[in-house]
Amino acid sequence: MESAKKSVLAARRQFLLDAARMAGGVGMLGLGVGLYAKQAKALPPAAIRPPGAGTEQDFLGACIRCGMCVRDCPYNILFLAKPEQPIATGTPYFVARSGPCEMCEDIPCVKACPTGALDHKLKDIAKSKMGLAVLIDKETCLNFLGLRCDVCYRVCPLIDKAITLDLRHNERTGRHTVFEPVVHSDQCTGCGKCEKACVLEVAAIKVYPVKLAKGELGQHYRIGWEEKQKAGGSLVAPDAEHKYNLPEGMHYESGKGLSSGPAPTPGAGVDSLQGVVPNPGRNAAPAGNMPQNIPGGGLSSRMTDDAPR
Amino acid sequence: MNENMRIGQEAVEAKGWWLAHKWLVLRRASQLGILAAFLAGPWFGLWIVKGNLNYSLTLNTLPLADPFILLQSLVTGHVPEKLALIGVAIVVGFYLLVGGRVYCAWVCPVNLVTDAAGWLRERLGIKGGAHVSRHARYWILALTLLLAGITGTLAWELVNPVSMLHRGLIFGLGTAWMLVLAVFVFDLFVMNRGWCGHLCPVGAAYGLIGKVSPLRVTAVKREACNDCMDCFAVCPEPLVIRAPLKDAAKGVGPVILASECSNCGRCIDVCSKDVFSFGSRYNNAASMAGVAQAAPK
Repeated sequence: MESAKKSVLAARRQFLLDAARMAGGVGMLGLGVGLYAKQAKALPPAAIRPPGAGTEQDFLGACIRCGMCVRDCPYNILFLAKPEQPIATGTPYFVARSGPCEMCEDIPCVKACPTGALDHKLKDIAKSKMGLAVLIDKETCLNFLGLRCDVCYRVCPLIDKAITLDLRHNERTGRHTVFEPVVHSDQCTGCGKCEKACVLEVAAIKVYPVKLAKGELGQHYRIGWEEKQKAGGSLVAPDAEHKYNLPEGMHYESGKGLSSGPAPTPGAGVDSLQGVVPNPGRNAAPAGNMPQNIPGGGLSSRMTDDAPR
Repeated sequence: MNENMRIGQEAVEAKGWWLAHKWLVLRRASQLGILAAFLAGPWFGLWIVKGNLNYSLTLNTLPLADPFILLQSLVTGHVPEKLALIGVAIVVGFYLLVGGRVYCAWVCPVNLVTDAAGWLRERLGIKGGAHVSRHARYWILALTLLLAGITGTLAWELVNPVSMLHRGLIFGLGTAWMLVLAVFVFDLFVMNRGWCGHLCPVGAAYGLIGKVSPLRVTAVKREACNDCMDCFAVCPEPLVIRAPLKDAAKGVGPVILASECSNCGRCIDVCSKDVFSFGSRYNNAASMAGVAQAAPK
């Protein structure tokens, strides 16, 4: 009886020891793989996921690394990551500079995905968010240098929506216009055609994963003019008229700000002036006191002709 | 067993080369045939099968999905689309019938690597090495699911040599060959039948699926056994053979019921007395004739 009890205890001891040994060994393995998996979540900036991929965290749980999207891409732009690449092994990606997404209307890569890692709810390729184009180097972008390159704007599948050319004065030449390509994140799909087409040796406009490219306002921020539009009117009390402690010979008008000269008759001037003031929100500098010779500027310096033609 | 004889030599002499290698040849044909079907697309533009062993679509109609990877994906919190679910149902149904680890012996490309290592180990007479319990694979299986749950990603896929080799052959290997070489060297020098027989969680998962499979190897003519030990020597999971072959007197039936058995059929090949054959798990009565014959021994 006593020996039977002893052998039971010995067996129990052996079992616990074996279990501890196994848990220790497998735990070490798990720690290694777990830490590696944590690092593998960081997608390098040049690797763009196929359309419908969602966040990297969700994608790495949903994608089973089968390569069906790679097979059904008619332009063969997709690749599965190899172990030596800093992308989770076996997951699909494309590199915009060498082969951007051609934005097929039927989105065959998404249809091919058996798990929905590429979201089957995505029916309109123009709504996809593979990444976000960023005009990252304004020093080399030809449009910023004053030329009319415009290639990124021209190749954009959502021309005039995802990329617009915003016109502004060329301060350097003084007589030309800079056609600045501006990317709009609400429209850009991240297809990468702009990066592919950029004529520079190294593209000035690049597509990055949205998480890397997009800023985010604090939750408490409200954009005043949007709120005003939503509410249908000013949300703050209307401007009070400034009457006191103004510099001598100046007066203040609501909407126009400070100006020199005598105050107009109350009730008459304000409304009539409102229409001609170009920027009613801004505090315009008093026109009468404008210095005529601004150092480094003014009309005389604009006469020198060093503008590209 | 004659000490100078190689494993299976007796069987070759008794049955001829073909019958002593039949299941091995069929198995290699199956492994290479499946691989060829996958490679015909990227190599020759013959798209019989698309994808890889994690998920594939045959002739654009038959979806097949790996249950182990889908289980991991499910643990991360993702519910897959219909095609993957149909695919996994077909695969699980198939292996429930033919035996889960049929995947290991008849499909998995790593088996070619570890069998080569096992063969070379035997030829070079390498003995000993590290000892780890054959239950380790079930612990590692649990670990892979735990990792999927904790990291929210298919963490094991980062290091899984099974999917890496197969996907690599089809989509581009990169440095995955180093991992495969590591498995080969590990099996050759460090641990006999180390990867497939002790550690691989994919095989463990398929083994669990095959726990109730009707198709089994059975030692039907176990009374004819002449204790040459060739089956034990050739079997990648020798623990599964002993009781069905030797414990007739204790009332153990002749069917190899252990789910670790991969139905590779090598024991059938190497037995000069034709003790083993494929059969059903339900013909497992420990026949009285067997007991009566075994008892006097």
